Amino acid sequence: MVKKSLSRIYLAIIFLFLYLPIGVLIVLSFNNSLSRVKWGGFTTEWYRNLVSDPTIMNAFYTTILITVASSVIATIIGTMAAIGISAMRKRNRQIMLGATNIPLLNADIVTGISLMLLFVRFTELGTSTVLIAHITFDIPYVILNVLPKLSNTSSHTYEAARDLGATPLYAFFKIVWPDIKPGVFSGFLMAVTMSLDDFSITYFTKGAGVNTLSTMIYTQLRKGIIPEMYALSTILFFLALVLLLIMNYRSVKDAKGRS
Amino acid sequence: MGKKLIQLENITKTYDGNMILDDLNLYVKENEFLTLLGPSGCGKTTTLRLIGGFETPDTGRIIFDGKDITSLPPNERKLNTVFQKYALFTHMSIADNIAFGLKISKKSKAYIQDKIKYALKLVNLDGYENRSIDSLSGGQQQRIAIARAIVNEPKVLLLDEPLGALDLKMRQDMQYELIRLKNELGITFIYVTHDQEEALTMSDTIAVMNQGYIQQIGTPEDIYNEPENAFVADFIGDSNIIDGIMIEDKLVSFLGIKHECVDTGFGNNKPVDVVIRPEDIEIVEAGTGFMDGDITSVIFKGVHYEIEIMAGGYEWLVHTTKYFETGSHVGMKVIPFNIQIMHKPESSDEKAVELDA
Amino acid sequence: MHNARKRLLAGPYLVWIIGFTVLPILMILYYAFTNSDGGFTWANIAAIADPVHIKALLLSLKLGILCTIVCLLLSYPLAMILNSLHIKHQSFVVFIFVLPMWMNFMLRILAWQMLLSNNGIINGFFSIFGIPKLHMLNTQGAVVFGMIYDFLPFMIMPIYNSIVRIRKETIDAARDLGANSFITFFRIILPLTLPGIVSGIIMVFVPALTSFVISDLLGGGKVLLIGNVIEQSFMQGSYWNLGSGLSIVLMIFVLISMAFMNRAGESGGHAVW
Repeated sequence: MVKKSLSRIYLAIIFLFLYLPIGVLIVLSFNNSLSRVKWGGFTTEWYRNLVSDPTIMNAFYTTILITVASSVIATIIGTMAAIGISAMRKRNRQIMLGATNIPLLNADIVTGISLMLLFVRFTELGTSTVLIAHITFDIPYVILNVLPKLSNTSSHTYEAARDLGATPLYAFFKIVWPDIKPGVFSGFLMAVTMSLDDFSITYFTKGAGVNTLSTMIYTQLRKGIIPEMYALSTILFFLALVLLLIMNYRSVKDAKGRS
Repeated sequence: MGKKLIQLENITKTYDGNMILDDLNLYVKENEFLTLLGPSGCGKTTTLRLIGGFETPDTGRIIFDGKDITSLPPNERKLNTVFQKYALFTHMSIADNIAFGLKISKKSKAYIQDKIKYALKLVNLDGYENRSIDSLSGGQQQRIAIARAIVNEPKVLLLDEPLGALDLKMRQDMQYELIRLKNELGITFIYVTHDQEEALTMSDTIAVMNQGYIQQIGTPEDIYNEPENAFVADFIGDSNIIDGIMIEDKLVSFLGIKHECVDTGFGNNKPVDVVIRPEDIEIVEAGTGFMDGDITSVIFKGVHYEIEIMAGGYEWLVHTTKYFETGSHVGMKVIPFNIQIMHKPESSDEKAVELDA
Repeated sequence: MHNARKRLLAGPYLVWIIGFTVLPILMILYYAFTNSDGGFTWANIAAIADPVHIKALLLSLKLGILCTIVCLLLSYPLAMILNSLHIKHQSFVVFIFVLPMWMNFMLRILAWQMLLSNNGIINGFFSIFGIPKLHMLNTQGAVVFGMIYDFLPFMIMPIYNSIVRIRKETIDAARDLGANSFITFFRIILPLTLPGIVSGIIMVFVPALTSFVISDLLGGGKVLLIGNVIEQSFMQGSYWNLGSGLSIVLMIFVLISMAFMNRAGESGGHAVW
C-alpha cells in the first residue's frame, strides 16, 4: 500500500513537471495584464484580438501550411519507401535504414545548418526551403512507423490477391493498406507533432520575413511576447487534446472489438 | 507411495469477481506424478500458480512438507516450475540460464559446472553450454527449461502445459522423456495439461478439473473406465485432436487443408485445437472428402470398427459400422457441425486479460 | 518480380536522401575544410582548441551528461510504475507524453523562465512560507532543468517500451529459481531493458549536447554552449567555415558517444556475474 501511494505521488510529480508550464501559459492567456508574473484579472481580450493580428495570423498560417504539407508529402514518400525497403535484400535494406537514421540521430542544429548551406548555393531561403527541410526530417518517422506493420503483412496474401486477378492498386488497398493503416497514421501524427514543434531546423532554413510560430516567438523574445500568443497556443493545445483523445478512444475501441 | 507432501485446504480464488477456484481440496503424495487435467479456464493453471507462489489464495491454506507456505514468496519455496512458454532468459547463455538458481543459492563454481553438465546430459543436450537461447528449437528450449528447474534439486517440479507449444512427434517423445526423468530424479511432478492423452500416458494420478472444481480424481484407469460425470466422460475419451489455425469465423485450417466449421469468435489466424470425434468421421471415396489417406489398421469392436487412417501426417481414428480393407486409399468426410474448435492452452496472464475484456 | 516493382517505390525516397541528407552533409564537410577563399584548411576543425570553444564544448558535455543521467534516473522508476498500472493501451501512455509537445516548445521553455525567475511564480510561492528568494534563472542549473524538461519523454518512451515487452513469465521464472526482487531487477529486468536504456540515452544526450535555444532562454546569455557558438557563427556573423568546422567536431562527438553506447548495449546484453 505504501509502495502504491508512493508511486502515485511520483507519477503526480512527473505529471506536474510536464504540465506545469502548460498550465502557466493557459492562465496567462486569460490574464488581463501585460506582466508575465502578476494576475490582472480575467479577460478574453487576447482571444478576441487574435484574428485581427496580422503577424500572428501570418505565422500561424505558415506554420499550418508547412506542418500539413510536409507531413502529407512525407507520409506519401515515406509509406512508399517503407514498402520498397521491405522488399529489398538485407544489405540494401540496412543501407536505406542507416540513411533513414541520419536525420533522426543527427543534431537538429547540424541538420539545419547543412540544409541551409545546400539551399543558399542553389536558391533563396523562403517558405519552400523550410518545407523541404521539414519533409526531410519527417520522412524517417513515417518509415519507422510503417515498416514494422509491413513485416506483419504477409506478402503471400498480396500475391494471392494478384493471382486471383486483382490489379496491384486494388490488391494494395484491399490487402496491404488495412495492415499498415495504423502505422501510416501514427507516422503522420508524429510528423505533424515534430513539424509543429520544430524550431532549430526552421530557424536555419527560413528566409527573411518567413516566420512560423516558433521562430516568431524567438524574435519576439527580446521585445516581449504579445499575450495573443498564449491565447493561440492554448487553442492549439486544446485542439490537440481533443484530437488525441478521440484517436485514443478509437484505438481502444478497435482493440476491444478485436479481442 | 509415500506421505502427503503438498496439501491444498479449502482454497478459493477469484479474479475481478470471477470465481476461479471454489473451495478446492487436494493433496499430492511424495514421488507422485499428479496431472491437473481440464479445459482452459478450469482453474488448473491457477492451482499450479498457487502452489508455485505466484498467486495467493483468497482463503485456504497450502501445506508443504508439514509447513504452511500459503504466504511464502516463490523464491523461498523449495519447488521449481517449468513454464508453458519456457520463459528462458534470452539475454543469457544456456549455461547461465541453468546456473541461475545455483548462483543465487551460492553454490561453488565447481559444483555449478558439474551440475550444468549433468543437467544437460539428463535432457540429452550435452555440449550446448555456450549456445544462445535463440539458436534452439522449441523442443530444445523446453529441455533447457526443465534442466534449469531440476538442477536446484526441488522436491516438487511444477509443469505448466510444458509440451503445449511442441509439434505432435516432439510431444510424444517428450512424454517418454518426462517419465524417464521423473523416475531418474525420484521427485514429485505436478503437471498441468488440457491433453487427455498426455495425462493418461504419464500420470500416477489425474485430477480432472472444470469451472474451479475437481470433477474426479483417480488413477488414469479409473478415470478412463469409470468416469464420474458427463463432463469427465466427455472430456476423457477418444478424439482426434489436431493443431489448427482458425483463419476466420467458420473457417479453420489444419494439416494443410481448410475446412468449414460452425465456431466463431476465435479471432483471425489464431492457433486452435481441432477436435473431431472418431464416430463423426465418415469414410468416403478418395477425392470426395476433406482429406485422403491410407487405412493402416482395422479392428472390429463389436458395435463398430475402429479404423486408423494415416492422412496428412496424422493418425486419424474413425469409428464406423462399415468394413474397409487395410491399405485401401480412402477419403474422410465430416460435417462442419461435428468439428469442435478449442482454444489452445493459454498462460494465466493472457487469461487475466481475457477476463478483463 | 513483384518485389522488383515494389522496390521502385523507394525510388523517390532514395532521390530525397541523396539530395537532402547526403548532399547537405557533403556541403558542411566542404565548408568545414575550406577557408573563405575556397582553399583547403584544417583551421576550422582546429578552432575547437580555442579556449572559448573548448570551454563551451566541455560545458555542453557536462550539462548533456548531467541531463542524461537525471532523465535516466527519473524515467526508469516512472516506466516501471507505468508498467505496473496495467494500462492495456500503450497509446494512452504515449499520449500523456506527446501531448505537451503540442504546446509550442518555445513557449513552454518561456513558461519555465517565468516560473524560475527571481520575481517568478516559484519564488512567489516560496515567499508565502518565508523561504528566501532563490536565484534560479540564468544559471547552468536552469539550463539543465530546461533540458530535462524538454527531453524527458525521449527517455521515458524507449524504456517503457522495453519494460512492457518483458513477459511476466520471465519474471516469474526468476522468482521461482530463488531470486528476490533485488536479484530479479539487476539480473533480469535491467539487462533486458538495456536496449531501451541505450536508445533513451542517445535520444536525450544528442539533443542535450547540441542544444542552443534552451541555454539562450534559461541561461540568459551567461551559459555558452557549443550549440550557441555554432549558431552565432552563422546567424550573428558570417563565419560559415568556422561554424561548419565546429559542427563537424560536434558530429564526431555525437558519433563517438553513439558508438560507445551501442557497444555498451551489446556487451551488457549478456549477464556478467
